[in-house]
Amino acid sequence: MPSVSLTVNGAPHTVDVEGRTLLVELLREKLRLTGTHVGCDTSQCGACVVHVDGESVKSCTILAVQADGSSVTTIEGLAAPDGTLHPMQEAFREYHALQCGFCTPGMVMSAIDLVKKHPDGLSEHEIREGLEGNLCRCTGYHNIVRAIAAAQEVMHGRSAALAPAEV
Amino acid sequence: MYDFAYHKPSTLAEAVGILADPEARPISGGQTILPALKHRLDRPAALVDLSGIAELRGIRREGDRLVIGAMSRHREIQTSPVVGSAIPALARMAGMLGDTQVRNRGTMGGSLANNDPAADYPSAALGLGATLVTSGGRQIGADEFFQGMFSTALEPGELLVSIEFPIPEKAGYAKMRNPASRYVMTGVFVSRGPMGVRVAVNGAGPGVFRQPEMEAALAANWSPETVAGIRQDPDGLNGDIHGSAEYRAHLVTVMARRAVLDAG
Ligand code: FES
Ligand code: FES
Repeated sequence: MPSVSLTVNGAPHTVDVEGRTLLVELLREKLRLTGTHVGCDTSQCGACVVHVDGESVKSCTILAVQADGSSVTTIEGLAAPDGTLHPMQEAFREYHALQCGFCTPGMVMSAIDLVKKHPDGLSEHEIREGLEGNLCRCTGYHNIVRAIAAAQEVMHGRSAALAPAEV
Repeated sequence: MYDFAYHKPSTLAEAVGILADPEARPISGGQTILPALKHRLDRPAALVDLSGIAELRGIRREGDRLVIGAMSRHREIQTSPVVGSAIPALARMAGMLGDTQVRNRGTMGGSLANNDPAADYPSAALGLGATLVTSGGRQIGADEFFQGMFSTALEPGELLVSIEFPIPEKAGYAKMRNPASRYVMTGVFVSRGPMGVRVAVNGAGPGVFRQPEMEAALAANWSPETVAGIRQDPDGLNGDIHGSAEYRAHLVTVMARRAVLDAG
């Protein structure tokens, strides 16, 4: 049985897996990190997005053995140890960017990768295009887009605190 | 998905050795083979991960050619300054396929070797007159490489090593995506350069093909209007729940015009 050594949210793990074990199965079933969701299992919905060596990937479409030696970040690894939320998480809360919440972990992970790759800032249109790999059946996307637009200002240090959502 | 043995060789020779077993399959980015294995469309005894092989990596300019290692991921091609300056249409194409997460994993070699009729790169390879270099030491011209739906000139166990693109004066690409699946309904790649004027169509037929009538017209007069009046024969094109053969034939003309506009 292959064994996989990887770092997940900063902690090293060595886990025995089958060749066919998906990264999402390793995370959810072996490490009990169930914040990463499986919506479709067919690479469409993006509920399973995590970061592997800083890049967003669909963890339902990568084998655990392919992630051997890499550093993985899941939704559980975003908040500070004292519980302070990552600016993207905070923005999703402030802007009511979720309803049932099923897509949210993947949305947040994709959004962070998107913002990091665009240090000059993203327009509303670019944010919508950048979320092409994530589906949400509840929100209509509008508040998700607003949350990401607000979070990028904090993540790039252009604003010290998140702009409050207008009620 | 059925279980399999997993190998991650660090040299091309080692990979080819394992792939001599007809029950073994290569895996590059995995964005096609993993969904296929989940559907149990195949049951390989072993998967050979190509991501640790240095010989398959790298993007470089060699004189009048752009050479792309088969394991180059879409995201690398999309953002490579070398690709962006040599063949910007190819970088744009890489940025338009799949979604961000697919682009972070999927590879050019995987896509070309799979030759899905709805894939993007086959029309770039055919439309630029690329040469495909294999582990068997063969240099296969794009005109011979693509042999219809999911079929190529690769022998069993033979791997793509790199793809050599002659650098064109101009090249452009346009496609219509299925609004739900985002796969290509019809795409057209056009180029003018050392290989002459080439027009390649993907998504519309069972495999990528050239459009000789448009090539001749563009060779005489390179302008979007030149192709706007040329009709594609729908005979032999794909007709399915997403669109009839006639619709796809119509799209060939529309996308060809947009591709010439894109090329400038
Ligand atoms: S569960 Fe991975 S993309 Fe839907
Ligand atoms: S909040 Fe329900 S799927 Fe997005």
